[in-house]
Amino acid sequence: MLRVGQNSMHMLGKNSMQIYEKGLLTSRNVLAADNLTSVRGERLLFEKLNFELSNGTVLYLQGANGTGKTTLLRAICGLSKPYEGSVNWCGENINLLAEDYCKHVLYIGHLPGIKEDLTALENLQFSLALSGTKFNFTRATEVLKMLGLAKGLNLPTRMLSQGQKRRVALARLWLQDMPLWVLDEPFTALDINATNLLKQKIESFANEGGIVVMTTHQEVTMNVPKFEQLRLDA
Amino acid sequence: MSENIFEAKADIDLGTFSVLYRILARDIRVALRRQSDVTSVFFFFIIAASLFPLGSGSDPKLLNAMAPSVLWVTALLSCMLSLSRMFASDYIDGTLEQIMLSNQPIVLIVLMKVLSHWALSGLPLVFVAPLIGLQFNLSGAQLQILALSLLMGTLALSLIGSIGAALTLGIRGTGVLIAILVLPLYIPILVFGAGAVNAVSIGMNPSGALSLLGAVLAMALLFAPLASAAALKIALE
Repeated sequence: MLRVGQNSMHMLGKNSMQIYEKGLLTSRNVLAADNLTSVRGERLLFEKLNFELSNGTVLYLQGANGTGKTTLLRAICGLSKPYEGSVNWCGENINLLAEDYCKHVLYIGHLPGIKEDLTALENLQFSLALSGTKFNFTRATEVLKMLGLAKGLNLPTRMLSQGQKRRVALARLWLQDMPLWVLDEPFTALDINATNLLKQKIESFANEGGIVVMTTHQEVTMNVPKFEQLRLDA
Repeated sequence: MSENIFEAKADIDLGTFSVLYRILARDIRVALRRQSDVTSVFFFFIIAASLFPLGSGSDPKLLNAMAPSVLWVTALLSCMLSLSRMFASDYIDGTLEQIMLSNQPIVLIVLMKVLSHWALSGLPLVFVAPLIGLQFNLSGAQLQILALSLLMGTLALSLIGSIGAALTLGIRGTGVLIAILVLPLYIPILVFGAGAVNAVSIGMNPSGALSLLGAVLAMALLFAPLASAAALKIALE
């Protein structure tokens, strides 16, 4: 099974290189936080946060539970408005860019965002449709098989385990070509195999010029052009 | 089965319309896999409306006189029954976040969600109401206007109801709260909808009431998706 996985990885790697050559990743992208402050209820989560991430950067958010990692990720996606400050994409405020910004972001949060009554493929088809990406049936099947879901392709995702549902959600990373990934605890519930696949995928994405912002409680070392860490502590 | 459907549609051009179509198709597909949600609304309407003739004796004149209001009120209540489900499951499983991050206008996506809610809860009532109407001794002309007024009215109910559903998202025990929020807004729809059928009963032209119902629908089409989209954004913060 591992061999199949590696083969497909190789092939998919080539495919994403093609995307890199003609697609969004060739352009120079900068994600910047400008004096970002977030408040939850009465509590200050983080204050005057500044950072600038350019192509090839993986930003690794650290911090104990409740320090605002998810809030920061949601602010970066534009799902929640920061109390003060702004998030800028290539110099423009993401609130003003609105849907134009959404084209560039791939967000995978705590919740897998998959419908339990639909099969893995149906779920992927819908997720891809939301971002306007064409759905390629063979390619999607390939990715799901590579992620070890060959047996569950035609089952409603309700029947899948927590880790398998997670893999269905993560399959989007192989199928969509957005230049910015925002991943909230992507390694949760994954086994060693899937963790490695995901790590390799993040590395190859960053090497092709993508930007990744992620949180995780696991120790990861990544072989990427720029690896930055940010500790959020109250 | 589903696999063949996918193969046939594998490579589609994804403009705004295909994305919107996908959202509509997905909602209907999910509902069809979980039929109890849809059928419960449908059968509530049939049973509740059928209880009135049984309880009020066999005076055909009385039945005919109360038919418009009874049928309209039961249709309104059964539409309201399913309102809390409009966004709730998407909210719980995280799909709503993904919808908010779509590169399509959120207002249009909300409109699709409302349309799928209507297709599954309001539209079936339009077809079954004339059959129930026979129990109330309604004439052919009355049945026609009943179906027409329900066709426009139930869509307006779903549209206005979406505001209540979006506003109460993430709150426990939303049923009563939604009712308190949207019932006042439902009053014009009830008045003009039942009024159109009543007009036929007394030999008047129903077009006045129907035009007003159409005006309510047009207003709802314009404003309800905007209001719901804004409420959903707040709910997700």
